[in-house]
Amino acid sequence: MSSQTYRNPEGGLIDREQPFGFSFDGMGYQGYAGDTVASALLANGVHLAGRSFKYHRPRGIYTAGPEEPNALLELRNGARREPNTRATVAELYQGLEATSQNRWPSLKWDLMSIAGEASAFLPAGFYYKTFMWPKQFWEKLYEPAIRRAAGLGRAATLEDPDHYERCTLHCDVLVVGAGPAGLVAALSAARSGARVVLVEQDHRVGGSLLRSAVQLDGHEATRRVDQLRVDFLQCEQATLLNRTTVFGYYDHNILGAVERVCDHLAVPPAHQPRQRLWRIHAGRVVLATGAIERPLVFGNNDRPGIMLAGAVSTYVNRYAVRPGKRAVVFTNNSSAYQTVRDLTRAGISVVAVVDSRASVDPQQIAMTHDAGARHFGKAMVSNANGRLRLNGVDIVSGGGSEHIECDLLCVSGGWNPDVQLHSQTGVRPLWSARHAAFLPAEPRQAECSIGACKGQFDLAAALSQGVAAGVDAARQCGFKSAGQIAVPTVDRIEAPYHIEALWRVRAGRAKALVDFQNDVARTDIALSAREGYRSVEHMKRYTTLGMATDQGKLSGVNGLAILAEELGKPIEQVGTTTFRPPVVPVSMGILAGTSRGRLFQPTRYTPMHQWAVNRAAVFVEAGQWLRPRYYPKSGEGMMAASVRETLGVRSSVGLCDVSTLGKIDVQGRDVAEFLNRLYCNGWKTLPVGKARYGLMLREDGLVLDDGTTSRLSDQHYFMTTTTAEAAAVMGHMEYYHQAVWPELDVQYCSVTEQWAAMAIAGPNSRKVLQKLVTSLDISNEAFPFLAAAEFQLGGFTARLFRISFSGELAFELNVPAGYGESVWQALMEAGEEFDIVPYGTEALGIMRIEKGHVAGPEVNGQTSAADMGLGGMMSGKKDYIGRPMAARQAFLEEQRERLIGLRCVSKADRLYAGAHLVGIDDAAVIANDQGHITSITYSPMLDIWIGLGFIKGGTSRIGEKLRAVNPLQDHEAEVEVVSPHFFDPDNERLYV
Amino acid sequence: MRINCPCCGKRPIDEFSYLGDATLKRPQVAGGEATREWHDYVYLRDNVRGPHYEYWHHTGGCRVWLVVHRDTLSHEIFEVLLASDWRQRQV
Repeated sequence: MSSQTYRNPEGGLIDREQPFGFSFDGMGYQGYAGDTVASALLANGVHLAGRSFKYHRPRGIYTAGPEEPNALLELRNGARREPNTRATVAELYQGLEATSQNRWPSLKWDLMSIAGEASAFLPAGFYYKTFMWPKQFWEKLYEPAIRRAAGLGRAATLEDPDHYERCTLHCDVLVVGAGPAGLVAALSAARSGARVVLVEQDHRVGGSLLRSAVQLDGHEATRRVDQLRVDFLQCEQATLLNRTTVFGYYDHNILGAVERVCDHLAVPPAHQPRQRLWRIHAGRVVLATGAIERPLVFGNNDRPGIMLAGAVSTYVNRYAVRPGKRAVVFTNNSSAYQTVRDLTRAGISVVAVVDSRASVDPQQIAMTHDAGARHFGKAMVSNANGRLRLNGVDIVSGGGSEHIECDLLCVSGGWNPDVQLHSQTGVRPLWSARHAAFLPAEPRQAECSIGACKGQFDLAAALSQGVAAGVDAARQCGFKSAGQIAVPTVDRIEAPYHIEALWRVRAGRAKALVDFQNDVARTDIALSAREGYRSVEHMKRYTTLGMATDQGKLSGVNGLAILAEELGKPIEQVGTTTFRPPVVPVSMGILAGTSRGRLFQPTRYTPMHQWAVNRAAVFVEAGQWLRPRYYPKSGEGMMAASVRETLGVRSSVGLCDVSTLGKIDVQGRDVAEFLNRLYCNGWKTLPVGKARYGLMLREDGLVLDDGTTSRLSDQHYFMTTTTAEAAAVMGHMEYYHQAVWPELDVQYCSVTEQWAAMAIAGPNSRKVLQKLVTSLDISNEAFPFLAAAEFQLGGFTARLFRISFSGELAFELNVPAGYGESVWQALMEAGEEFDIVPYGTEALGIMRIEKGHVAGPEVNGQTSAADMGLGGMMSGKKDYIGRPMAARQAFLEEQRERLIGLRCVSKADRLYAGAHLVGIDDAAVIANDQGHITSITYSPMLDIWIGLGFIKGGTSRIGEKLRAVNPLQDHEAEVEVVSPHFFDPDNERLYV
Repeated sequence: MRINCPCCGKRPIDEFSYLGDATLKRPQVAGGEATREWHDYVYLRDNVRGPHYEYWHHTGGCRVWLVVHRDTLSHEIFEVLLASDWRQRQV
């Protein structure tokens, strides 16, 4: 394990008592608690962290924050392997395993870097131009090859073992960013009693103060910041969410944030989520998101050892790391001189400061000389030397050029206020020439920006802005200030921020990158402009500038400024691309939250579920329900079991759990009228004690659902729907009653869960039922087909309906849900002498196909009543939903596909649902298509495969022979078109 | 987005489902003819940019149908009323 050669012996916000061992590309290293992976690598002298996306150029750690474009690593292993993790924000933990990406065979010897040599042939949009011929090679050869060569890390292929949560939070004031401005804003808002949430992406509060050696109120800034944090947390209504990034700003002042609860640990502790998604409803939002430093664009500006000046200050001050031994600073603004000071104090020799500005504060020049460095005014770095690590820079100034050796180059192209969240609200940021950056515009939502994200780079001014904004936000939420908190005083007054924009260094021929992550060079932007992609949105898409995981945080402004130069337009006329969430990459896990696997949706169990489980039933998912599919005897497969169950019902008696059918209790004076409008058939004549089959249409004339409705008493009806459409029918009724016919006196309520329902079917069903039902005469005369009654069963009221889906003599018994299992049990015992069989949805399906009853596969939202042979149900005497549109010409066409039955010609053949029907001698092509099969089964009663389907011309085709072709199964069978009523077509078994 | 349900108060959008334009008038049902008026009512929709009256169903709440007066651009909600009251206003 190598020692931390580049770590200073003291200082920094790291815990030297807590050393952590970790590995990078298999090599062991050591860091400390408080380190990021990046700072720990730098402490060990490791700069080279990855290879670039397209040209496989060696890349080093470039930033110290979430904007990092280069140091993207795979963290962890196996199921927790996570690609594209930014080393600059990944907190170190004991045993962390990190791997570099996008290189082969190794980071130092990457064979793909040949792409860099060939880069002249790979400009922006190259794949539109160079790989076009021959055409079929694109899909098979070029695209897969390009995708392999480009790309980032590898996602885990195993199921994510961690869990994620979604939470909602309401507050008066949300402060985003706990830097100096945000921290005092949150404190002053919270002191007035408002409910304040302060969100910070780092695990520590302090923001830019963490990289600075400044003093506040006469103390080290970091100590003062800790005190402010404690003061804030002592407020009653204060919440601090650290390790949390607000990634999206949505309408109604709702913001999305991700809290990385356990990313800093190897494995989350038991019952802790890995990450948490927060949906925050805020009264007022105070944005204090700071600013992001810009790179400078010059030859080979991406070499490892080149870093942003602010990032260097962070590594030096916060992590006590020396990122190099001999440093050069290249800047176009005044802020980089703080880095000169930080470097000197950390014992790193600064050899030169290269400042492109025409006017530089003389004090800063003097300070440079005091540091023992040369000062180059009106000068630029034109090229960086070294491949795997920087070893020198070429400086151009006046007419001359000079080479200086160094291993660290600190660059500062100025600061972009982080206006991402503000801009997501639909506001275009405004260009400020003085800042050479975009600033927030007039807010559209209840928000304000403060501090560096508003362009206020002066610490003292940002602090007083923060205090005022906190008071103001609380006041706007109705809280009076309890006396403003004191604005912390700053020990050192810096020269005001001054910048002279420099978008690119034109000297030199070497590749100068604008977007590191997508390998977009300055020449690509020029090419884009030349080829006519002049809108900034087009340029973005043509060059892919700003489209990588960093979303252009570093490259965006440089890119559009270079485009503006190419077009000869001012920057404000070029404008920005649209800002959209998320600000940082968000894992799919938190978006899914707990809605995964078994918890994706609730599981509904019928009252008789446990009985079926005990009986080893095999279940099928029907929407949210679990329904017994069949009840196998030992060794029985589905086919054998469901055939046995069918034969049991048809020969004697069976019992089926139908509790999942939708049940709606309907009451009121106008129920008959309401039903008359909902169903296409008539309801005015339904007497008390009777059930009727009904068909509901949608307004477009197609069938919505079917089911039976019974009249229990004068103004009390009981409706059933299919399992699948229960909720839709309920919503349909609510819509028409509330929005269209509010004058109707009806009340209705879903009672699906309140009643256990069982179908008892078969020639012996009455005999079984009679053993239990003694208070009601259920003989054929007293209780004929479609009779309905309420009666006393033991100590409770039950309901009995004589309806049948199987075509057999059958009853449906409804009992209060709590009695379901015991009544079922009693029926099974009563039926023992008749060899009663419990039957599942498979046998149910077999019997309904044998009877030609339509179900879900036929009532699929594309079929009309007439299509299913139910046109006769459509009343001509009344108005109902769907009537006018069902009369459309297209629905009446002779050649429309209508329901028919199909049976195999040969007993040796079988059918597949989804097969299409073509003439015996016709080719199986769509032009010859006659129709298709919707439902199939082996019929135990006919001992042959049968099916239901739709065919042009419908029942007029009965007798024809066709081929049923299913290319997906590579199968075809000869079939005969028959009536859909295969078994007992005259319903002789039903009325006994 | 939150909708201020007259029965339940401000509730998150997840509890609601959307139907669409509430300004369409269902043609007076008379006989069984598929008139142009019916065709337009069933199939034609304006894609309004700006203030719009639309039906929302408090599916995961009180099951009431609402008419929400909403700006489709900013999602600002001006008014929420019961569909039955809206119907009265229309008549």
